[in-house]
Amino acid sequence: MNLTAIRAIYVFEMSRTFRTLVQSVVSPVLSTSLYFVVFGAAIGSRIETVEGVSYGAFIVPGLIMLSVLVQSVSNASFGIYFPKFIGTIYELLSAPASFVEITAGYVLAAATKSLMIGLVILGTAYVFVDITILHPVWMLTFLVTTCLSFSLLGFIIGIWAGNFEQLQLVPLLIVTPLVFLGGSFYSITMLPPVWQTITLFNPVVYLVSGFRWSFFGTSDVSIGYSIGAIALFTIVCLLIIGWIFKTGYRLRK
Amino acid sequence: MADIVTVRDLRKSYPDGFQALNSVNLSIREGEILALLGANGAGKTTLISAICGIVNATSGTITVGGHDVITGYRAARRLIGLVPQEINLEPFEKVINTVRFSRGLFGFQRNEAHIEKVLRDLSLWDKKNSRINELSGGMKRRVLIAKALSHEPRVLFLDEPSAGVDVELRKDMWRVVERLRQDGVTIILTTHYIEEAEAIADRIAVIAKGEILLVEEKAALLQRLGKKQMVIHLQTPVRDIPMELERYNLDIGPDGSLIYYYDTRGKRTGITMLLSDLAAAGLTLRDVQTRQSSLEDIFVDLVQKDA
Repeated sequence: MNLTAIRAIYVFEMSRTFRTLVQSVVSPVLSTSLYFVVFGAAIGSRIETVEGVSYGAFIVPGLIMLSVLVQSVSNASFGIYFPKFIGTIYELLSAPASFVEITAGYVLAAATKSLMIGLVILGTAYVFVDITILHPVWMLTFLVTTCLSFSLLGFIIGIWAGNFEQLQLVPLLIVTPLVFLGGSFYSITMLPPVWQTITLFNPVVYLVSGFRWSFFGTSDVSIGYSIGAIALFTIVCLLIIGWIFKTGYRLRK
Repeated sequence: MADIVTVRDLRKSYPDGFQALNSVNLSIREGEILALLGANGAGKTTLISAICGIVNATSGTITVGGHDVITGYRAARRLIGLVPQEINLEPFEKVINTVRFSRGLFGFQRNEAHIEKVLRDLSLWDKKNSRINELSGGMKRRVLIAKALSHEPRVLFLDEPSAGVDVELRKDMWRVVERLRQDGVTIILTTHYIEEAEAIADRIAVIAKGEILLVEEKAALLQRLGKKQMVIHLQTPVRDIPMELERYNLDIGPDGSLIYYYDTRGKRTGITMLLSDLAAAGLTLRDVQTRQSSLEDIFVDLVQKDA
């Protein structure tokens, strides 16, 4: 195992994160604060509690998930797309590093950045609402696993993307709608029965539900399903990445 | 000397049917400087890319230091440094960080002393904290070389190192190459500047249309294919070759001089006879020059013959 290679990629990528710290951290914090003001304070004051939790607190796990998913996908996709775009990919391809090591370096760096943002947003949430976390260890487990698995997805998108438009396409057209429709801002029990069934095909439902359970102890779907869904999603991403490196898809001519 | 890189029956074709490499066989000896000469699109970069793992070959085998580049890629690639033709660098990162990154990526432990030496050798030490996008084109090329040298390669590929580089940097680069050779590093350099091959290479390989046309010692190649010309300036310029001299291989130069072609490999060059026959024909010499054909002439000859 070329651990030195993983560390080199990780350090290099994190250096980019710290170089663009303001843009990386300030903008998600600002947008989350806006959500709290609009949904929590303005609209939330007219909404009854949801499953015994005040609406302002209820949306906290969903808001964190929203940022973490979008950030993971965009960080990881940009991280590997940029070397392709500027041509430095030649070095990765000619290095004595396996696909596991290259992926690990980029995905760990992207996941670290989204984890940082997730935690900063959680800190911001404390400013606006009262929250107690019932299962902190599970909360962190869900958060870290989500960062990792969606960074894997981002990595795949970054390799697939042939231009900047495609790079933006998936986060914009797929991830954001899935998160908004995945019960970030509502409990799926609030939906008509047909939509409740359709929603169960949205993988984000399981993530948000499990994450919310770790905060409040209530969930839309059983916690076992949530864990299973994340595991399945991670495995599928790993298989795709394995195939990409084996065939050289979009990497080696 | 033992071979450090061997390429056997290497082929590369693209889905559109383009055959970039066609049954390439090449053995590169440890410690030598091999110049791979060829026109644009001849397959130089594809060959290097296949050895370094950037391009998947269609068939054939490649070993570096005895390790197959596919099955033993870790061991093989640890020996290789690649300086690509295009200036591919992360624009916003500091020079020293990109060089450290390369060392780590190739699995070498941090060694600041080595990084400093590499940067000093390439006159980059003063720029170590500059961002790449603040550097001139020539400086960027030095950074590419520094990245490749950061992980102490035993085999260094320089793909068109002098493309778009000024004379000073080219000379600097040749000095670095000379130092590396003294350390026993094998260097493969692609170029279409023949003077470059002539100046620093031990052996020359000529590639055209994806095939290696020849691989030879530079000196032997020059000698084997080298024809000499002797230009004879006469007191009174001539328009036609005098009858007495018709049996010699002569041309008339534009200024009315005589040009004699001869082969240095031959037992006799025929120069003595020619000169005495010149005198017999009543021609008076003003000056004599000889000229050896350069690699460039040889190269043009070879590629034209092939076309």
